[in-house]
Amino acid sequence: MTHPTTTILARYADGGHGLDDAALWSIEVHLDVCADCRARLAARTTPATAELLDRVAASLDRAIDAGPAPARHPAPAAAVHRRWLAWTLLPWLAVTVAVLGCGVLLDSVEPSLPSLVLLLAPVAPLPGVAVAWSQRIDPAWELIATTPAAGLAMVLRRTLAVLVVVLPALLVAGVSTGTSLALTLLPCLAFTAATLALGAFVGVWRAAIGLALAWSAAVLLPSVVTRSLSPVLQSGSTAVWAVATAALAAIIAPAATRFRRLTSGN
Amino acid sequence: MRAVRAAETAPTLHPWLVHAEKLRVRAGRHLAVDGLDLTLTAGVHGVLGPNGAGKTTLMRALSTVVKPAGGSLTLLGAPVDGRADLREVRRQLGYLPQQFGFYPRFTIREFVAYMAWLKEMPKAAVPDAVQRAIDRVGLTGKADARMKTLSGGMLRRAGIAQAVVNDPRLLLLDEPTVGLDPEQRLEFRDLLRDLAAESCVLVSTHLVEDVVAACTDVLLMNEGRLLFQGTPDDLIARGGQSDAGDSPAERGYSALLRRHRSTV
Repeated sequence: MTHPTTTILARYADGGHGLDDAALWSIEVHLDVCADCRARLAARTTPATAELLDRVAASLDRAIDAGPAPARHPAPAAAVHRRWLAWTLLPWLAVTVAVLGCGVLLDSVEPSLPSLVLLLAPVAPLPGVAVAWSQRIDPAWELIATTPAAGLAMVLRRTLAVLVVVLPALLVAGVSTGTSLALTLLPCLAFTAATLALGAFVGVWRAAIGLALAWSAAVLLPSVVTRSLSPVLQSGSTAVWAVATAALAAIIAPAATRFRRLTSGN
Repeated sequence: MRAVRAAETAPTLHPWLVHAEKLRVRAGRHLAVDGLDLTLTAGVHGVLGPNGAGKTTLMRALSTVVKPAGGSLTLLGAPVDGRADLREVRRQLGYLPQQFGFYPRFTIREFVAYMAWLKEMPKAAVPDAVQRAIDRVGLTGKADARMKTLSGGMLRRAGIAQAVVNDPRLLLLDEPTVGLDPEQRLEFRDLLRDLAAESCVLVSTHLVEDVVAACTDVLLMNEGRLLFQGTPDDLIARGGQSDAGDSPAERGYSALLRRHRSTV
């Protein structure tokens, strides 16, 4: 539609005298969609209209002040999700941090033992990761499994939440006992990646338990019994851990669709 | 009012919303669904059957929770097997499991919003869709109550709300009327009729009268197989005066089961 002429707009602003109903309606329809003409109309308001608008604004302000407060804005779903995650993971992460704390204590009390912080670091994130994506722990798992969001992105988001707590805890433990930070953090990341990579095939929960048992049997217990640190945690193995972490992380990407398929075993 | 996605207005190239052929599904080691053939279109389909007939296992397979052990299953035109990416199907799915797990600390509104988010609804549409879903199940006054404070019937209705929040094309409700009082069941039937206009609703239940009152189609399952598929009137017509049951539909139900058992 063409824009109404200035005279017609002036007449419309003055109350629409001399315009028939059809003309009024077409002006209103046009004003609805044309910001320019609304601006032209606003510049043309009569003193009576301006006064009316002021009065309406003032009474609206009064009514808003007197009325009830606006409803609280509901928390976005992502925030709700974070809160749930925090509540579920909190006990497990607390235990993890407590065990690491005990490791630090033992290291200082019993220097003849190999560093427990080093030995525990790879398995430290596993309880949290297992809990974060588990049919047994998540009460709404069956519902979540039927949603399009179920998949690697969700697993990674939950894993990240675990690492955000575990990595700083390991960092503090490593610094306070003077162990190599690379040998504390890299195995931790490697085992997290291994859990997810293996979890794509057998389920994260089973993968975490399997890896924790394997580590305890192959490295942790022999090191404690023989009182000498296993060669896999000696300073020369840093490069191997770095390569392993990268390789395992690279496996996760092609396995991503497995988390979205039926019965990924979780 | 809601935004319509291009995928929804695209012409469908599949004749059935649900199509199963020789479907077999395991529950543990047991083959709970064994050689089921099923075709469903829009409407309300009531699944009846004795305990252990495989109703819940069928629902779990249709909701893409468990992988079929054999046969073929097509949902909304997409094959559902071990290799399929189910994202597109899952966006259009609503599911109320028999054991409805929830987060006790969440309010109903938060839980339904969380499910809407998981179903990848557009962010701007979520608050309105949540309010509408809660209104539809009659929990408006309880929307901000924590879920641990709810009664069994209210939880069931909250479960229905999360299932319908994304206006699913395929809605699976496993025992939705458990814990509802008679008045709420009447309201639930209205809701079912309302939903059936645009989507395929599958309701599993023990209550024959619910099926007759609200369903356009009755499925009778026994021992993992489909015994009967027809209208409620067909079911009623199968019953004779001598069959067990207090209503014509119940007599039809027991007549069908008895006839099947005597032939096996």
